[in-house]
Amino acid sequence: MALISTLKPLLTTGWSGGDSGWGIKQYEARGGYVQLRRILNEKMSQDDLINEIKKSVLRGRGGAGFPTGLKWSFMPRAFPGDKYVVCNSDEGEPGTFKDRDLMRYDPHSVIEGMIIAGYAMGARRGYNYIHGEIFEIYQRFEEALEEARAAGLLGENILGSGFSFDLFAHHGYGAYICGEETGLLESIEGKKGQPRFKPPFPASFGLYGKPTTINNTETFASIPFILGVGGENYLNLGKPNNGGTKLFSVSGHVNRPGNYEVPMGTPFQTLLEMAGGVRGGRALKAVIPGGSSAPVLPANVIMDCTMDYDSISKAGSMLGSGAVIVMDETVCMVKALERLAYFYFEESCGQCTPCREGTGWLYRVVHRIEHGDGRPEDLDQLNRVTENIMGRTICALGDAAAFPVRSFIKHFQSEFEYHIEHKKCLVDPAVQRAGSGFFKVGAA
Amino acid sequence: MLSSDSLKKIDREVAKYPSDQKQSAVMAALAIAQDEKGWLAKETIEFVANYLEMAPMAAYEVASFYNMYDLAPVGRFKLTVCTNLPCALSGGVHAADYLKEKLGIDFNETTSDGKFTLKEGECLGACGDSPVMLLNNKRMCSFMLPDEIDKLLAECERTAAGH
Repeated sequence: MALISTLKPLLTTGWSGGDSGWGIKQYEARGGYVQLRRILNEKMSQDDLINEIKKSVLRGRGGAGFPTGLKWSFMPRAFPGDKYVVCNSDEGEPGTFKDRDLMRYDPHSVIEGMIIAGYAMGARRGYNYIHGEIFEIYQRFEEALEEARAAGLLGENILGSGFSFDLFAHHGYGAYICGEETGLLESIEGKKGQPRFKPPFPASFGLYGKPTTINNTETFASIPFILGVGGENYLNLGKPNNGGTKLFSVSGHVNRPGNYEVPMGTPFQTLLEMAGGVRGGRALKAVIPGGSSAPVLPANVIMDCTMDYDSISKAGSMLGSGAVIVMDETVCMVKALERLAYFYFEESCGQCTPCREGTGWLYRVVHRIEHGDGRPEDLDQLNRVTENIMGRTICALGDAAAFPVRSFIKHFQSEFEYHIEHKKCLVDPAVQRAGSGFFKVGAA
Repeated sequence: MLSSDSLKKIDREVAKYPSDQKQSAVMAALAIAQDEKGWLAKETIEFVANYLEMAPMAAYEVASFYNMYDLAPVGRFKLTVCTNLPCALSGGVHAADYLKEKLGIDFNETTSDGKFTLKEGECLGACGDSPVMLLNNKRMCSFMLPDEIDKLLAECERTAAGH
């Protein structure tokens, strides 16, 4: 564990150059594409490569935390036809903004990771699906692809190795549901992004019906670094079953919102301090530790957590994408939940009745509580609606809509009850107005 | 129906996909068409569908499913303001209120001079920069406190005046 004290950033190594450090020359100067060259020169076996990733216990950085090496081993490498590698950069989970910075400051790490993934799984073609709202980042990624192509790192017979792989960027156009991997595949195929029923899983029936592996941007970007330090060393940077370092997007009521790379298992308190602590020196009220879909945790619970899949899961939430939304004492939890409930209602794709109708009910009921029309039976009603959504839909958006509602009510029940009974916020409106959600303080 | 410049851009998108999967380029093609026309009329969608040899209804499904397509005319400058929770915690709602007051319009409305349209956005994926807004689907505007909003509006006004 001595490594932690001397830890230098891995993923964010190249970020210090800001908007001028992303190019292929700078990337190669800091050791970029060395791993790809080594693999091709040594003609490393696919099994050895996948085993190295397995050893690192890299877990999917998009939210589900599924072990990446295991996922790669599911691909039918011997399947003779087309196979695809797809990168999920459709980063639209409220609170998450790490993939944007990764592609902004170090797009070649994503490209190198994807080429290596293509080699490991025998895929000849890849797509990176980029969130619609970050057009400037999409443009940069396209430029980086051109650089890689010009350097002979993409296309036919890469560096004379006999291995061919090409990679393209697909620009989304505003649909949260396309962050769901099968919705994303539908979207690449030029359709509405409505998730597919699983099984069959993408490894057997993916893009255009061909074997496909989908990983998150940060997952792919981690690959060259893992191969650089070695799988076992990477694992040891974090803690058992939670390998390596991870980016955490810290937003909300902190002094320095932004992305922070820390070893898995870092205490939440340390992360909070890195982000400058709670704004205005106020008391911490609650934290959503893994993006808006993750259950909220009250201050006393999160302060005892370390930032890794197992600790956050034990506390009753999810590490998710590592999006940490910090809320201080000035927040009305009913109002906060109302906004999240509206989001899921707006973004439900409409395919499954429990989600399409249920998210509407959740929003309308929380809305009426917030606006002074709540009824005594409303909290039971909300919990009942969530029960009728969870586990009854094709994809996880239904569950994602239910988790915030259930956890906000569970941990802040008295606030909801006060709202229903007194038709106003428990948190004095003057206190709310003095809070950071308003310009005059937020600007300071 | 679309300029040769737009068609060239669409062809470049088509080339990204296997030759029997032209439909994969429909999202990009609709975006390119919208850039040229300002919004997506039914005839524009149908043109794109025919160009990509797909059913017009399938193209319309795409155009109506994704939030960034405009199926009705919008102002020259479309501002999409994020009001989702992480932004709301840092002034996102108030950025929207400030814009509504300055422009004298609500969400989904356009100023009478046709210059500005205001939209409420869901997560733009830039929560660390909140409040954030997106200009014409392309440019992410960060840390949009009142002074910055004033500057942005003034810049738009200058562009509109041809300076």
